[in-house]
Amino acid sequence: MIQIFFESILDNNIALALILGMCPLIAISTNVKNAVGMGLAVIFVVTLTGIINYPIYLLLQRTGTSQLSLLVFIITIAATVQFLEMFLEKFIPALYNAFGIFLPLITVNCAVLGVSLFFVNREYTFLETASFSLGAGIGWFIAIVLLASVREKMDKHSVIPKGLAGKGIAFIVLGILSLAFVGFAGLTG
Amino acid sequence: MIKFIRMKYTKWYNIMRDGMSRNNPILIAVLGICSALAITNRVDNAIAMGIGVTFVIIASSATVSLIRQFIPGRVRMVTYMVIISTFVIAVQMFMEGFLPDIAEELGPYVGLIITNCIVMGRAEAFASKNPVKYTVIDGLANGLGYMFVLVSIAVVREALAFGTILDMRVMPSTWVNWTVMAIAPGGFFILGLYIWLMRSLTKNYETQA
Repeated sequence: MIQIFFESILDNNIALALILGMCPLIAISTNVKNAVGMGLAVIFVVTLTGIINYPIYLLLQRTGTSQLSLLVFIITIAATVQFLEMFLEKFIPALYNAFGIFLPLITVNCAVLGVSLFFVNREYTFLETASFSLGAGIGWFIAIVLLASVREKMDKHSVIPKGLAGKGIAFIVLGILSLAFVGFAGLTG
Repeated sequence: MIKFIRMKYTKWYNIMRDGMSRNNPILIAVLGICSALAITNRVDNAIAMGIGVTFVIIASSATVSLIRQFIPGRVRMVTYMVIISTFVIAVQMFMEGFLPDIAEELGPYVGLIITNCIVMGRAEAFASKNPVKYTVIDGLANGLGYMFVLVSIAVVREALAFGTILDMRVMPSTWVNWTVMAIAPGGFFILGLYIWLMRSLTKNYETQA
């Protein structure tokens, strides 16, 4: 279980190895502050939806309708995000102000749905799913913060060819980061 | 004659051109990247994914366009989601039934067509305002534009990573496979370079503050 946790942060990093959640990763990584907000929101939502979706999947499997899992997962995610938003706004306004604006964006973050589909694909138990979800969230957080720090510095201090500026260079940086994370392969056995 | 056809279908033609080149979903708008990178290490995967996405875009946009008068504005996102996921499930079951090998390799990424922002984006930006016939053309154009990019990335990656294209040997036998191209970093590098190339060719630069 601990092994799955570290594996999902390092050598199976959800953003850098499994390539999920790219749209927000590229769009929101232009400064570190926003990246941290988005990253935290993702950790929160991924963990929560992973834990919620697992029993739902078991239920679907029991009733023999597991091919509908996609539809059910996406609705669960949308509902969870909506609920979380209302809950935070009412009870923890400080946290809501910190990452409130990022929450609606998360519904379309493929990392969230990806985690739910991957635990099905890999046939994890409940505890494994929980640690995988948390690890995946943290891994995504690390990826977006790293990328944002590099991009923020790069925008100020370097000369980039015109065609490569913006998204092009972001992908090259991601590639290098991802190469670095490949170096972790086998670390967790 | 050709000019006449073009005049008559000029709107169709414009929609087609927009989707395939001028507003290519991946290169210019940078949408739907996740699946574009994850599955492009082999050409056959890229083709299967491209066809799947094209089908989902066309079908879901047409459906959205058909019932666009009846969808209440406040719940339209959820409605789109349900429509899209229905078609994605159809694609997934089709692939599992008829192309089990490819379905195995694509794994959860088939399901992730749902969160492919292109599908949602076309439903919201185009299908909710236009009649069905234009929507179908728009869906086809965007799908083909997407597939074109997927396949061209996959050709480079497969050639470098395995020395083959569609399992046919293209590199000389002394070729040493670049393993890095088969995994995530290769995808990032190729896409980055590809965006650079396309932007330089079309002079469509991103102005940044």
